[in-house]
Amino acid sequence: MAVATMPAPSAKADFRTCPVTGLKVDLAAERLIIVNAVAAVVFLLIGGFYALLLALTRWQAIHLLPADWFYRVLTGHGFDMLVAWIVFFEVAGLYFGGAVMLNARLVAPKVAWLAYILMVVGAVLVNVMTLVAPFDQGAVMFTSYVPLQAHPLWYLGVILFAVGALVAVFIFFATIITAKKERTYEGSMPLVAFGLMAAAIIAVYTLLSGAVAYVPTFLWSIGILPSIDPAFYRNFFWSFGHPAQQINLAAMVAIWYGLAAVTVGANPVNEKLSRFAFILYLFFINLGSAHHLLVDPGYSFAWKATNTSYAMYLAVLGSLIHAFSIPAAVEVAQRRRGFTSGLFGWLKNAPWREPGFSTLVISMVLFGFIGGTTGVVIGTEQINLLAHNTMRLPGHFHATVVAGTTLAFMGFSYYLIPLIFRRKLRLVSWASWQPYIFGLGMALVSIGMIVSGLQGVPRRHWDITFSGAPIDVTLPGATQISLAIMGVGALIAIVGGIMYLAVILASVLTGQKEEARRLTLVMSDQNPLVEHALPNVGKEPEGKESPRGTLVIGVIFIVTFMIYYLSNWWLLGRGWFIR
Amino acid sequence: MLAPQRVWWQPLSRMERSWVIVAFVLCLFFTAMMPFWFVVGRQNVPVTTYRVDPKVYEQVVNDFIAEYKVDEINGIPVVEPPPGGEIYMLARQWQWSPILKLKKGETYKLHLSSTDILHGFSLQPTNMNLMVMPGYDYVAEITPTQVGEYAIVCNEYCGIGHHLMVTKLIVTD
Repeated sequence: MAVATMPAPSAKADFRTCPVTGLKVDLAAERLIIVNAVAAVVFLLIGGFYALLLALTRWQAIHLLPADWFYRVLTGHGFDMLVAWIVFFEVAGLYFGGAVMLNARLVAPKVAWLAYILMVVGAVLVNVMTLVAPFDQGAVMFTSYVPLQAHPLWYLGVILFAVGALVAVFIFFATIITAKKERTYEGSMPLVAFGLMAAAIIAVYTLLSGAVAYVPTFLWSIGILPSIDPAFYRNFFWSFGHPAQQINLAAMVAIWYGLAAVTVGANPVNEKLSRFAFILYLFFINLGSAHHLLVDPGYSFAWKATNTSYAMYLAVLGSLIHAFSIPAAVEVAQRRRGFTSGLFGWLKNAPWREPGFSTLVISMVLFGFIGGTTGVVIGTEQINLLAHNTMRLPGHFHATVVAGTTLAFMGFSYYLIPLIFRRKLRLVSWASWQPYIFGLGMALVSIGMIVSGLQGVPRRHWDITFSGAPIDVTLPGATQISLAIMGVGALIAIVGGIMYLAVILASVLTGQKEEARRLTLVMSDQNPLVEHALPNVGKEPEGKESPRGTLVIGVIFIVTFMIYYLSNWWLLGRGWFIR
Repeated sequence: MLAPQRVWWQPLSRMERSWVIVAFVLCLFFTAMMPFWFVVGRQNVPVTTYRVDPKVYEQVVNDFIAEYKVDEINGIPVVEPPPGGEIYMLARQWQWSPILKLKKGETYKLHLSSTDILHGFSLQPTNMNLMVMPGYDYVAEITPTQVGEYAIVCNEYCGIGHHLMVTKLIVTD
């Protein structure tokens, strides 16, 4: 963290000085971080309960819920997980990155409270309407595609939430600008704060697109506008829905750098390259909203190919850079500590019991190998014919948003509790096991879904035996197995989720109140961030220090990627001719 | 997490430079594959689209069914259109209409549209998926390459009866 020489504190805010980091912590910011993080965890709890019900319904052998409750719960699960949990946590992250990390005061805390209240009211409204509105107006899915019409209060809930989030993002911008003006830190922003800033910029155009989709739709639902064009809605909805997940991506990558720094004292090997990768996200990642429109009527090939590929896969290039930079940073840090044997001695001697480190590795591996590769493949214009609206889609984004982002946020929050809540972390051995259990469960969920989708199982579908339909349809028998894998994975992941909530709740509610004297790891009393972090000396890591192991991992990744990518073209080539 | 030192814009190391080059080449390859397949491949996403009034579309489909109907299965008309012609599929809550009998190796212009909300055309087990929207007539030139009975299911959520929305496509020699 930016341990900078402190200028005279601004008179406009109350601070405590954190004895761990020497940072001034704005008490107003601290309270806001706490309430936003608590709201995030509450929605994670609700969404996780919904996840259990959904998995046990789609696991065809169990088929728990009736159709109406399945679709209502699916709507709530989508909103609570993709929007409420993640955005509340991100707002907490933005206040942390903007105020605490930059040693600054949070600008306009009262407005930040207003934003928080808007978000809570909006999220509660959506949740309540999903459950109590007449079926057709409540069970509209997270996407609520026009002309399916949700209850007006459902749309209002989404709009209130989005306005609140937008206000929070602008408070973050005002905070970092003020921090720069008041010279609360020296030199450039730390990379983690820089990554969060990239996430915040993406959030602005995401939320504005959301307004273009939702405000007219709300007016339509109360009878002011006669109709909304379904293609128009889909275009703007996905300019909101897809980049919303790219905010997560940028925030998650920022947190990856943070976890690498906290757990092994890793510094980015090359700040310039890592920052450039975030800039690539800023410019190209919003084009990815076209991924959802690839088999829609009305778009030309050129439009789709340009957009779906982020111009020339330039956002993918950004991710590939991070995919090298972060493990390389860890490798160099480990090698500089003396773990230089062979290609992977640095990995063997890594702190595998430390939840932050295992989280970093599991989150990166599952995000990259499952989430990233499948994302590029199903986002390829022609291959989308095979994948659109099948279970391959939720398979992809459960690997990115859950196994990647959610796990990273979980791992990071273990370090926020002593710092922000000022409580001693409890149930540490649970915290140590939790990333493995959650990661294993989510890997099985994603793989089970992807394999089901490859066999044609549709997403958002209550009964793939099509009972009661006028014509008998039988999907391949292996879908029973792949859906069972998904179900078992979900049960394991739920155990991991309960362990996370237990650690958090036990620590926050019953943890020993303490003014942490020094920031330590969860599983030992070391502090690699300060003890091992060598200042980036600006010299290229050479010889035994160079990240050779990471390069080998990178090559393995590219080979896996190519095999999956090319086999999908082969699969497409076997299909009926279509033009 | 630490603030970088004052001057952080260092040149890339050799290993980093090679990684960035490899990654960029990979991106270029992915980019090139789509236009390559667009020219050479036999499976491309249809682009032909017309705007259509849902009522008009329904009438066109009814006329089509009336003209070529050969049978009925559980209330769904079975239609055998002349090879190589225009064929129509109508989506509504919660049925596809009609059942189509096609000839292997012939190319048909398949029109897809909905009269109410969004639906998803999903041909199984070939696994071919297209969006179906009210107000848009989406035209796919399809050529069945294997004989057999295929299912068409709905894979865009369309309400409580979503799973009931199925029909058949029969391909003969």
